Amino acid sequence: MEIRRDVFQAIADPTRRAIIALLAMHAMTPGAIAGNFESSRQTISKHIQILTECELLRQEQNGREIYYHLNPVKIKEIAAFIEPFRKLWDERFDKLEAVMKNYKSKK
Amino acid sequence: MGQKTKLSAEDARQEIVITREFDLPLELLFKAYEEPELVEQWMGTKVIKLENKQHGSWQFETSDQQGNVVFQAHGVIHEFVPNERFTRTFEMGNAPFGVQLEFFEFEKLSEETSKLTMHIVFKSIAHRDQMLKIPFAQGLNMAHNRLQEIVNKLK
Repeated sequence: MEIRRDVFQAIADPTRRAIIALLAMHAMTPGAIAGNFESSRQTISKHIQILTECELLRQEQNGREIYYHLNPVKIKEIAAFIEPFRKLWDERFDKLEAVMKNYKSKK
Repeated sequence: MGQKTKLSAEDARQEIVITREFDLPLELLFKAYEEPELVEQWMGTKVIKLENKQHGSWQFETSDQQGNVVFQAHGVIHEFVPNERFTRTFEMGNAPFGVQLEFFEFEKLSEETSKLTMHIVFKSIAHRDQMLKIPFAQGLNMAHNRLQEIVNKLK
């Protein structure tokens, strides 16, 4: 099996994040995507390929044209990745609250 | 959603903002950050140094039972206004995350409640994402270990 690229590495690139933002509005052909950037079509197509390998994008054949759209499942996974960090702080703050309530009642 | 602790990390910015409303008067909340013994209790780390003043410095350290240092963080305090705010730098020892700039703001909501806003600025978006990913990766590891335990029991 081919080794998958890291999803986070994929979205660390500003151009790839811009592609995701474009496709959030509607599905687009590779040509239409490239039309939004100054970079060469080849460069953009490489970015699209990386995003597709990470399953962030999905291809759909529509007649002769290939349309790319976002894979909502994968996008949601990324959105969820900050949740453990939030939870970590939530737990720390709960502890702080408990420690200080105890401190108050002892005084 | 009624989450007590909120985290915002916008896509194209090298910062995060964490806010939390506490069921504590403002003075008590601030004290939790000011008094070394209290910091030790809720952060679960040893406070080596905590100079709460402009140009002061701070250092925290956590050791395991064998005395090996497992976590070390330090920085300088840039501004310190009791019961209002402080600004400090934060750097973890032996970690590739770079220096962070942290703004802490304390607000009184009512006699018995208060709010903390932590604004953390990272060197780059990549540094920020790296930091955000730690608990995510640990969570995955823990899930994996748990799974391993269950599998081992089945053997």
